[in-house]
Amino acid sequence: MQANPLAVFAGIGALLALASLIGFVLKWRCRGADNPVIDNLNARINAWWVMVAVLGGAFWLGHGAVILLFCAVSFFALREFITLTPTRGSDYPALVAAFYFVLPAQYLLIAYDWYGLFSIFVPVYVFLLLPILASLGGDTTAFLERTAKVQWGTMIAVFCISHVPALLNLDIPEYAGRNLLLIAWLVLVVQLSDVLQYVCGKLFGKRRIAPRLSPSKTVEGFAGGIALATLTGAALYWITPFNLWQAALIALIVTLLGFFGGLVMSAIKRDRGVKDWGHMIEGHGGMLDRLDSVCFAAPVFFHLLRWGWA
Amino acid sequence: MNDPQIPPPGEDLPAAAVPRSRPSRAQRLLAWPITGFARLLTGARSLWRGCAPEPKQRIYFANHCSHADFVLLWSSLPPALRARTRPVAGADYWQQGRLRPFLIHRVFHGVLVDRELHDRHSNPLQPLLDALAGGDSLIIFPEGTRNPGEGLLPFKSGLYRLARACPQVELVPVWIANLNRVMPKGRVLPLPLLCTVTFGTPLTLGPDERKEAFLARARETLLNLATEAD
Repeated sequence: MQANPLAVFAGIGALLALASLIGFVLKWRCRGADNPVIDNLNARINAWWVMVAVLGGAFWLGHGAVILLFCAVSFFALREFITLTPTRGSDYPALVAAFYFVLPAQYLLIAYDWYGLFSIFVPVYVFLLLPILASLGGDTTAFLERTAKVQWGTMIAVFCISHVPALLNLDIPEYAGRNLLLIAWLVLVVQLSDVLQYVCGKLFGKRRIAPRLSPSKTVEGFAGGIALATLTGAALYWITPFNLWQAALIALIVTLLGFFGGLVMSAIKRDRGVKDWGHMIEGHGGMLDRLDSVCFAAPVFFHLLRWGWA
Repeated sequence: MNDPQIPPPGEDLPAAAVPRSRPSRAQRLLAWPITGFARLLTGARSLWRGCAPEPKQRIYFANHCSHADFVLLWSSLPPALRARTRPVAGADYWQQGRLRPFLIHRVFHGVLVDRELHDRHSNPLQPLLDALAGGDSLIIFPEGTRNPGEGLLPFKSGLYRLARACPQVELVPVWIANLNRVMPKGRVLPLPLLCTVTFGTPLTLGPDERKEAFLARARETLLNLATEAD
């Protein structure tokens, strides 16, 4: 069956319309009384409309717009990451390189489809370049820690996120011209898993899964969210190059990675003593709060596809 | 660049600022890319904790760690307030060359103070008092110079003297967080990092409050705002 992104977005739109309706009914049942959980739910749903509209707009404009969009996403994510992990004055050259050289270069490599350099640019060359730049300042205080912060920021916010638009460059036999659907499927499954973990956790959550890292994550939310998102991913196998079982297995892998991504990024936030990475997205927090799961899922999804299907 | 260092009272100095008219539409168009750039780079998150962005006459007093401080504070104000709020800046820096006088007068509509005590017979605060008398709000940095470290330097007396001379003007403490990392001292290219501008509860000068007590209290208020905003 041939599928086009428009059908997928129509489905997402219907889902969001249902969510907005539920949010409206919940709010109406409060009869004007303040309920922070319901207000936050509605803020999240409204932000989802905006995020889906932005992504849909980029899809409509084409591959270049999608690459530019994720370049901007990386910029916002890196800005949040570096803001929250304090560096010292002599890290300035490394930070200038991260923002003004590494970030655009990584996305140019995608635009020019230079896979050989795209895949090792950050993990090899930038990995070595950043400590060299940091050492030039002559400041040894917490040197390893400071270097690791900038390296981690570029790995998570630039390298990992850049694997989402890199999906456009995969040559999959009998799937030509439909690579945008890979992005739609990945983002939909991983984000739906986050949403369903939140919903199942709010409805049935009892036992906390990692109370010190992320107090809102529960065993019930985890199991329900992963299971339902995996089923959805499998049911959408017809928009992917996978068969039903492959789609289910890969959906399970990316949702699990997404869950652990959220856990790791939460650990960093708790260590810094904050709840959210930023305030960009109303109801959700920052860009990294929304994308922590995608950061961990995207590179593995990309390489699984490249290894098995391209 | 914008060090509104105010010499101790008693030493009267000439007014260095030229009397200015309201900013024109062309000037506001010029200001737009600058404030837009500042907002894009820093995320420009402004928290109005102790007061609302209302069209009242105010003196915004803030911590000073970077050349970009007043640009970010000024960009954080709604456009209507921005048009009537003037940064106070050092004449020695801003009157050099061609670009700086153009920017401070035409774009930022600033008030210049003479920090180098050229004439010992006039009041260095006169341009500020004139601006306040004209109904404008001001942005000042009472530390007097950029502070590379944490916390706040002792305040100069200008804030007290302005408060004494214009008791009807609200004194709003403003804490600018993280901007020192955006533009470290001696660097030219700014880094994109998130900054927060927090507006606190306006202060009022007590009828019998002494200069030292008031300045210490104002400094304390600003430091408390920094801890709250964190």
